[in-house]
Amino acid sequence: MIMENGEDKPIKKMMLILSKATIDNVYACFILANGARMEGIESEIFFTFFGLEAIQKKKLEHLHVATVGNPAMHIPTLLGGLPGMEALATKMMKSEMEKLDIPPVGEFLEILAASGTKLWACKLAMDMFHIEEKHLIDDLDGVLTVGDFYVRAQGDNTHLLFI
Amino acid sequence: MTTTEKTYAGVCVTCNEQGYLTNFEQWNKDVGLAIAKEEQIEMTDKHWEVIQFLQEQHKKQVPLSIRKIGKSGVVSIKEFYQLFPKGPLKISSRISGIPKPVSCI
Repeated sequence: MIMENGEDKPIKKMMLILSKATIDNVYACFILANGARMEGIESEIFFTFFGLEAIQKKKLEHLHVATVGNPAMHIPTLLGGLPGMEALATKMMKSEMEKLDIPPVGEFLEILAASGTKLWACKLAMDMFHIEEKHLIDDLDGVLTVGDFYVRAQGDNTHLLFI
Repeated sequence: MTTTEKTYAGVCVTCNEQGYLTNFEQWNKDVGLAIAKEEQIEMTDKHWEVIQFLQEQHKKQVPLSIRKIGKSGVVSIKEFYQLFPKGPLKISSRISGIPKPVSCI
């Protein structure tokens, strides 16, 4: 895009921080990371706090959409809290996504890794939740502190985004 | 949408603002080669295999996505990025003479 002063300043790198594990947040993060690579922009994801669920082998295919405390679901909070509601809403959402050719979480992570998106786990969050590297996906690029992540964000036209 | 006329390999073609051919009928391999040169891509047999796949999908009116490329059996996603590093699907589509894919995936 040409800026007003005539200088061309395209984004070079997207540094995404995923701190949540509801399926809508996880997909927003993955689509942004993948979309960057598709445009020739570098991208990296730092999985922290609940975001770590999205890269735990045993958990990543069982993420849910939140039916409680989510007014956009248009389900009364009391009903949203009933057993099975989250699973039902998630199933419906997943089937809609499949129709749009959006891959499941595990396959999406493989696509991201193959496209060159760097995938990092947050050390502090891993310690807090007692998660070891063996619990995480094989495509993980490593475990970082927030300081390490900032070092990786160096350079012109890098953008950071917290999800 | 504004279109411009451009000449690739001696063929006059109509392009949109982003440089994508607006009429696939105007495409031939030399045109593709000239566009590839503009994109700084050195075309190999593997590149042409991908181009052929994209054109076949376009003819069948199948919307393209990175996931479909990975499942094509023609090229893996990793190889696809190696062939067209600076935005694989959009660059390969441009060389193929087909519209820019609209999918976010």
